[in-house]
Amino acid sequence: MMDYNVDGDGVATITWNVSNRPMNVMNNDTMAAFGAAVDKAIDDEAVKGVIVASAHKEFMVGADLSVMGDGDLSMLQEFMEIVRGNFRRMETGGKPFVAAINGHALGGGFEMCLACHHRIAADNPKTKIGLPEAKIGLLPGGGGTQRLPRMIGMQQALPLMLEGKELAPAAAKNIGLVDEVVPADELLNAAKAWVLGEGQKNKTQPWDKRNFKMPGGAVQSPMGQQAFMAGNAMLRQRTFGNYPAQQNIMSSVFEGCSVDIDTGLTIEIRYLIATAMTPECRNMVRLFFALTEAGKGAGRPKNIPAASFTKIGVLGAGMMGAGIAYVTAMSGLDVVLLDAEQASADKGRAHAGELLKKRVSRRRMEQQTAEATLVRIQATTDFSDLDGCELVIEAVFEDRSVKADVTQKTLAVTGDGITFASNTSTLPITGLAKASSRPDNFIGLHFFSPVDRMPLVEIIRGEDTSDETLAKAIDYVKAIRKTPIVVNDSRGFYTSRVFGTYVREGLALLADGVAPALIENAGKMAGMPVGPLAMADEVSIDLMYKIGKQTREDMGADYVPVPGDDLVQTMVETLGRIGKKAGKGFYDYPEKSGKRLWPGLADHCPPGKEQPDVEEVKKRLMYIQSVETARCMEEGVITEKRDADVGSIMGWGFPPFRGGVLSLVDTIGIEEFVAACDRLAQAHGPRFSPPKLLRDMAARGEGFYGKAA
Amino acid sequence: MADAYIFDHVRTPRGKGRASGALHSVTPIELASTALRAIRDRNDLDTAYVEDVMLGCVSPVGEQGADVARVAVINADYAETTAGAQVNRFCASGLEAVNIAAGQIMSGQSDMAIGGGVESMSRVPMGSDGGAWATDPAVAFHSYFVPQGISADLIATKYGFSRDDVDSYAMESQKRAKKSWDEGRFDGSIVPVVDINGDTVLNNDEHMRPQTDMQSLASLDPAFGSLGEQFGFNSVAIQRYPEVEAIEHVHHAGNSSGIVDGASAMLLGTKEMGEKLGLTPRARIRSFASVGSEPTIMLTGPSFAAEKALKRAGMEKSDIDLWELNEAFAAVVLRFMQAMDIDHDDINVCGGAIAMGHPLGATGAMILGTVLDELERTGKSTALATLCVGAGMGTATIIERL
Repeated sequence: MMDYNVDGDGVATITWNVSNRPMNVMNNDTMAAFGAAVDKAIDDEAVKGVIVASAHKEFMVGADLSVMGDGDLSMLQEFMEIVRGNFRRMETGGKPFVAAINGHALGGGFEMCLACHHRIAADNPKTKIGLPEAKIGLLPGGGGTQRLPRMIGMQQALPLMLEGKELAPAAAKNIGLVDEVVPADELLNAAKAWVLGEGQKNKTQPWDKRNFKMPGGAVQSPMGQQAFMAGNAMLRQRTFGNYPAQQNIMSSVFEGCSVDIDTGLTIEIRYLIATAMTPECRNMVRLFFALTEAGKGAGRPKNIPAASFTKIGVLGAGMMGAGIAYVTAMSGLDVVLLDAEQASADKGRAHAGELLKKRVSRRRMEQQTAEATLVRIQATTDFSDLDGCELVIEAVFEDRSVKADVTQKTLAVTGDGITFASNTSTLPITGLAKASSRPDNFIGLHFFSPVDRMPLVEIIRGEDTSDETLAKAIDYVKAIRKTPIVVNDSRGFYTSRVFGTYVREGLALLADGVAPALIENAGKMAGMPVGPLAMADEVSIDLMYKIGKQTREDMGADYVPVPGDDLVQTMVETLGRIGKKAGKGFYDYPEKSGKRLWPGLADHCPPGKEQPDVEEVKKRLMYIQSVETARCMEEGVITEKRDADVGSIMGWGFPPFRGGVLSLVDTIGIEEFVAACDRLAQAHGPRFSPPKLLRDMAARGEGFYGKAA
Repeated sequence: MADAYIFDHVRTPRGKGRASGALHSVTPIELASTALRAIRDRNDLDTAYVEDVMLGCVSPVGEQGADVARVAVINADYAETTAGAQVNRFCASGLEAVNIAAGQIMSGQSDMAIGGGVESMSRVPMGSDGGAWATDPAVAFHSYFVPQGISADLIATKYGFSRDDVDSYAMESQKRAKKSWDEGRFDGSIVPVVDINGDTVLNNDEHMRPQTDMQSLASLDPAFGSLGEQFGFNSVAIQRYPEVEAIEHVHHAGNSSGIVDGASAMLLGTKEMGEKLGLTPRARIRSFASVGSEPTIMLTGPSFAAEKALKRAGMEKSDIDLWELNEAFAAVVLRFMQAMDIDHDDINVCGGAIAMGHPLGATGAMILGTVLDELERTGKSTALATLCVGAGMGTATIIERL
């Protein structure tokens, strides 16, 4: 687990070699072993200095999240005290320590490097160095918030920690995270040379020296005061106060860096414990695992051999089709991009070319690779070019007959043994599959716009879709490095259906006389990327109108009207304010300045004299999504709660601090959530009424992820 | 309960609060001493009877630090038995100092005391004393801290005051200040600042711009726009007031209080002590009050403080003849007039801090003195002076002319 070796020159090397894990991690066992090795080196008079190294490909990626215990403070506290003790002995033992960073040094792994007197990284550009704890709702609690600001200054250190940035070695050296970058094969020699040379004069950390001054200015200096004054406000602007980890990082630096390092480390551990206990942290850790699992294709039927792809067909070269072609080509697959007009097909291919050009100009891709990628996309009008495709995805106009036509034309060329996917966002898959002679090979692949940036693909299983087809679809989504969730066929599937409730509730609030600014701010304060009215403008109000009309026709007497339905009609039919694309919707879009709410809205939805509390507005906007998701679970539209949560985060920007649309229910508490929904249903209509699934859970006192807290 | 009477008050002229300002060459201790000496000399006062001197000071650090009141007492050659304490209620410090002095007298624990204040904003800049509110992340987050200028713009946005409204108010303040100076309304209270050789350093309010018109005001850029946008303060304000879509930035140097140097002092005592020393009481303190209000919008405290002081005095709004509210920002006064339903003709009749400046720690006693002089000039009876205060407070004092 921890190799220890002293060479003839008196240089000790402690090599992390955790054998029962794919990577080195910090936990009680490894830290005990490491601490013993540190003591041994310090106590051995023959040892002149110590190299901390890794036997794995990566250096160390941090602590095993199990050290957080299961709601048990004392476990985490004990572990952190061990970490702190080991790190302080390294710093104050009178011998120089150097970190030989051969691969990823993240979180606790990098905090160990900070406790060394010197840091040397191998020049592998794929290596990531940094303190990403905030991304999972945590705080760098192994000395990170104390040592990093003391090493590179608060103004450099804070953004790195608040955003959880991970840097390649060259960038890390520029900002001072590491002292040297050397070729990989010279890493250990360079470390040894430092120990025997410079290291013999540098056995004390700067912050342990009597005359230590914070680089860039102290907390309690005019510069420090200004930095925090602005930093606090900017953080609230970004987070709306929803992310305690970031707030606590600020506080830990502010309070801890005003005092000596030992007192600072005490303060840091307090903030770590407080952070780890927040529901936001629990949610984000769970989400982290859920995203990882989903990304691996957790919903894939077992015992079906993995499919590989060489050539993919994409029908329709509009925004969606072009985007799908681009991400597919980016993954090294050949693409046939087909449209009715050659000019349209070419335009779609050119769109991919533009995206590639951007990557090159941002130095994220070599010119050669970009050219080779674009060559993979063949723009055509000829269905016979689809011959040899293992998978064809249609992204043509949302019209059943058009879709049926291209399905049949494709299968006539390829044969019906291939997988055929529809990128529809509205039309039921089971019905579309009827156009195929092999509906078992037919599936829905719902991409999100813009395809190149949105990480989610909603896979829709029709009634006849086979396990093999589902497995293939998941394999393809993984191949293009996107995250699949699997849902069953239903109106709006899962993501559009639930997301729609957010926008519609915004309109309902408006119809109820709630001031539009309050609605929009409530949406943003709840953590949604934009307010519901702005979202309606983005989606376009005429599209909502069309979908709503279709839904009413399809559902007939079963349709339950929602306040705001009339408003959509007025906006489209009477006012012609159809959204952002027309430059007017719920907002005006002046050319020179940012968008502003349309003042005329007050004539159609006069704001009431009494306005609700913003917390109540937030509840309506958020709970409606969770209730609808619970209905989706009950109806079997979505079967995995993991997929429900992941889909909400990646699909429509549900706030990560909530952990997802179902996690929200657990955070509120199942009983309280059901009671709140009953109250909202009473006040605003049956759309809030909790389904039986939730009532049963509440009766058992059980959340989606275990017993209610 | 004893009554507290006002026997006299003085103020220095207000010098521009920057290096080019006339009072930049004068230490804050000397400014405070100037006011204290004048109180003594004008009244032929045996200072052994002055039990305590309370001086407001908002940035009490550096040469203004370490109990500026006691050091000024020593420097002004008061009796060594006269104590001194520095008071900080931000912008209302000078009025708070008067209230504390009055409180000592009314509670029977003192027979004569001085309240006043000093601020050399040119020598000890605003914010020099640090503080946790804006900077400590836990505090700033918890309380939605925004700087005052953002609060003032929030008031204008929330209560519907346009750029024209605030600029018109500012222009009127300049006009009234000019007229008051021209008519000699301040003559009885102004103590010129002189140098060690006895030469006059300043004998008038240096910050005034009587030539101000709507056009010149309209040419000024809003002062707090980029602060609000770039550093996130607009968003913080909106998160506290989510009914607001966007903060309209209407305030600028021309419709906000001026940064100036100055000092003030007011002599208070019991009726008996006045008689003993042959002093004529000019007014009686009817009541005073301070109150906390919502800290993000910060500057709406005056109406609540005024209501509280009125209630404590057993008075109605209609019992007040003249109102004086520190012109921290134009919207603060406009909101007070709106909330209290007060006519512009009855408030800040001699102009205010937009024209003459706001030497933070000294202003409170200055405006109370100004309104007392105006009661005497016009023969009116009652006045209420109040100030908006940082971190969401208001302080008010009601006086009755004798």
